Order: sequence, then C-alpha cells, then structure tokens
Amino acid sequence: MKKIEAIIRHFKLEEVKDALTEAGISGMTVSEVKGFGRQKGHKEQYRGAEYTVDFVPKVKMEIVVSDEDAQKAIDAILTTARTGQIGDGKIFISELSEAVRIRTGETGGESL
Amino acid sequence: MKSQFVTAALLTTVLLLSVGNSAFAEEIGDPPEPAAVVELDSGNIAWMLICSALVLMMTAPGLALFYGGLVRKKNILSVMMQCVFLMGMMTILWAVCGYSFAFGGSSPYIGGTDYLFMKGILPDGQSGDQAWANELITFVFQGMFFIITPGLICGAFAERMKFNTMCVFSALWGLLVYCPVCHWVWSGSGWLSSAGSFHAYDFAGGTVVHISSGVSALVCALLIGKRLGYGQEPMPPHNLTYTCIGTALLWVGWFGFNAGSAGAADAAAVNAFVATHLAAAAGVIAWSIMEWVKHGHPSLLGACSGAVAGLVCITPAAGAVNPMQGIILGFAAGVVCFYACTSVKNKFGYDDSLDAFGIHGIGGILGAVLTGVFATEKLGATGGFIETGSISQTMNQVISVVATAALAIVVTFILLKILDATMGLRVAQEEELRGLDVTQHGEEGYIFL
Repeated sequence: MKKIEAIIRHFKLEEVKDALTEAGISGMTVSEVKGFGRQKGHKEQYRGAEYTVDFVPKVKMEIVVSDEDAQKAIDAILTTARTGQIGDGKIFISELSEAVRIRTGETGGESL
Repeated sequence: MKSQFVTAALLTTVLLLSVGNSAFAEEIGDPPEPAAVVELDSGNIAWMLICSALVLMMTAPGLALFYGGLVRKKNILSVMMQCVFLMGMMTILWAVCGYSFAFGGSSPYIGGTDYLFMKGILPDGQSGDQAWANELITFVFQGMFFIITPGLICGAFAERMKFNTMCVFSALWGLLVYCPVCHWVWSGSGWLSSAGSFHAYDFAGGTVVHISSGVSALVCALLIGKRLGYGQEPMPPHNLTYTCIGTALLWVGWFGFNAGSAGAADAAAVNAFVATHLAAAAGVIAWSIMEWVKHGHPSLLGACSGAVAGLVCITPAAGAVNPMQGIILGFAAGVVCFYACTSVKNKFGYDDSLDAFGIHGIGGILGAVLTGVFATEKLGATGGFIETGSISQTMNQVISVVATAALAIVVTFILLKILDATMGLRVAQEEELRGLDVTQHGEEGYIFL
C-alpha cells in the first residue's frame, strides 16, 4: 500500500478529484493547508504598512491506494493539477504499513 | 474594587464640576435662550428623530464594525465594547450634566448648570405648552454627537488600553474638552459661534467632533505608547469585511450627522446631504487613485478610508458650500489624509493604531480651513476667500482650529498623566499578548468548536 499526499492549487481540486474517481480511486481526504516552496509568499499593504505573507494557501489531498493503483493515481494528479506555472504543488509518496476499516476491522487492501 | 473606584471617580467628577459651574452660573446671570430651536412642525420633528437615530447608528454598528475589523481578532470585542459602553455611559452623562455644560449658560467660554438633570428640557406639566419638545430634540440629536466623539479616540489606543481607565478618561474628556468646545461653537453665546467675536463655521462638527477627538487621539497614542511588537511583527486588520460594512453604515449615518445639523427638513439639509454624499464619493476616488499610483493597486481599506476622510472634511462645510465644492473638499481629504496615514505616521513612528488622528484630526483641520476658503453667501454663510477675496473668515476658521487643538492637547495630556499615576493607562504585557477580549471582558469574539 502507498500513501499519496498531493499539495495542489485550490481551483484544481474538483478536476483532480474527478480524474482520481475515474481512475478508480474510491476515497480521499482533503484539507486546507498553507505553506511555501519556490512560489514563496506575497506582500500585503494596509494603509502604508507592508506585510510579507510567507505562506500560500493550498489544498492537500491524502489518498491511500494499493501498489498497483499508485501510478494511476499519480498520473491522474500530474495531468490534471498542472498549469505549468510556479506553485502547482508537489506529490509525496510513502509506503504504508497497515490500514484498518473501523466498521468491519478489515485490514490491508481489503480496507481501502 | 476596580468598578467601585470607577464609579467613585465618575461621581466625584460630576459633583465637582456641578459645584464649580453652579458658582460660575451665579456670576453670569440668567440662563440663555435654548440653542438651535427647531420649529414645531411634524416634518421637522420626524426628520430630526430619524437623523438622531442615524447618528447613533454611526457609533454602533458603524464605528464598532469599522474599528473592529481593523484590530487583531483577539481584540475585536474590546473595540466593540468600547463603542457600546460609550453609548450607555455618555448618554447618561449627557442627561445628567453634559448637555447643560455644553448648551447652558451665557458665557462665551464655558457652559452652565441650567439644564442639569434635564431640568427645563422635560415637560413641566403645563397643558398646551409644547416648547419643551424642541429642546428635547436638540438634546437627543446633540447627545448622539457626545457619544461618538470619544468613540473616535478609541482608535488611537486600541488593543492596549485598560477598559476602566478608558471609561473614566472618556467621561472626563467629554465634560472637559467636548462640552467647552461645543459651547464655544454651537451654544449661541460661544466666542466661536455666530454671536461671538470669531465666528467660525462648523456646520456639523468638524471642530467640535473631529478636531477635538483627532488631536486628543494623537496625544493618547503618544502617551500610551506603541503596541507590543509594533513595527516588528505583522498587525494587519483581521476582517476587512467588517470594516467595509462599518464604512457603509458610517456613510449612511453621516447623512443624519450633517443633514440633520440643519436642524430642520429644509433646503440647508438637502444641500448638506448632497454635499456630504459627493464629498465621500470623491474621497473614495482620491484615496484609491493615490494607492493605484503609489502601490500599483487600489485596496478596499483605502477606499473605505477615503470615504471617511471625505465625510470628515465636508462636515464643517456641509451647510456653507455647494455640492460641487464638496467634491473638491472630499478629493483634498482623500489625498491629504492618505499621506497623513502613510508617510507622516511612518516618518514620526507613533502608533495611532486605527488612524484616528490621521483621518479625523487631519481631515477635520483641512475641512475647517477649507470652509473658510469655499463658504458662500448664497447659502447664508459669510463668503469665504474665493467669493470675497478676504481671508477674515479663513482666519476665524484657523483660530477655531488652534483653540480647539490647544484645549484638546492640554486637557488630554493632563488627564492621561493623572490617570496613568492613579489607575494606569495600559494593560499588563501578558494581558496585551493574550488580547483584551479575554483579559478585559472574559469573552472571545470567535469560538469555533
């Protein structure tokens, strides 16, 4: 099993979700996050006082998939979340040792 | 214990001032005729009642939201509480003695005790005598000004002043600064009124409200010191949506403020209404253009600030200039107040947190002086510099600015020094870091479970 965390732009969320669903991914967790990479932050001005805001708002998707489905999911995110501009985000992939469905107690691939 | 001290301080002040003014009133003789008498006409009464309500709306929700959005979220309730509490405290103070100190007596310099506890304003039981109704309208309309003026000062010491000290300061400031200036300009016998030797136009409170509060705000900002972390850590407004709503309510309320100052539903009120609206509109445009040029884009906060600056600037002139000239005043205020709130404040480094001085002080002074430049005889005013080529009216306006600023500076300075030595001006550092909502009022503005 693999855990895929994708940091993407807000307005790409629906498109990415649809692509993942089409690829057969059955569940995901989404949260609002803030951070920065190469995009850096931006400056705001209030009555002449300037503030540097380092953290840019993004959306984080967390998906757990079987090893076979991992590449499909990554491809779906890559093609739909990309604009070509700085700030498109990143995908982090990690090995997952176990997953459990709370309702039934199923584990591993059965729980996904 | 704290509250007992506040109550005792308030009552002592009221009693001392009452005694002092009683003695003074005996020297100056009979009570004066009621000022700004409104003809008993149902249309006029209806208009003045509506205007009174509009002016009250300026304090809360108007000012409460305008200021509330500009502070950090840990302090929003403290700002709103200041506004709401002042609505209560200043109203009672106005009824007990404020109105009398402002409009009583016949001295050019100080009010009297004729109307203490609303004596002479309430009906005396004689049938058929409705004259009291006129005075009661003046009482309630003017009372709304007495409420909002110290409220404006709160913008200077926002996020760090002790609430109990703020209450005592506002009460004393109202009696010792607002009431005298109000008496000078509007009482009918004041030295800056039409009967005085230096008649300065102040149609709706440029001097009485904005200069007095704006200059005092600067003194407060200087004496109370900067907020912890000012200049080192970000202190952006926490909710400009509130500020925008507050601005809109202030703008609408200002129609009551300025057009209501005509005292009747007449041509002067219409002129003041239209001039006020155009000045606010010009203020929006001017401040936005300044930001567009200097920073590359216009901001909502800038547009809101420009609207208030334009409204402040037209306030003394609303009944003395025509609406097209109102555009000039509004535009001038947008440009000048923009520089006051950005360049000047940054250069001198004072923490006038919400720009009470930069907008109300500077905008009020600009409006008072420009009234002397643009006033026109067609509207019943003495012609200003442009119409007559004489600077005499402008000089009277300058004199009123200097006198008001001088009184405000001296009294505010002394008051704050005394309060600093007795009650303390500022909350403890730990309290300031946690926010005034929790530490001063025991509640939070935003509770998300």
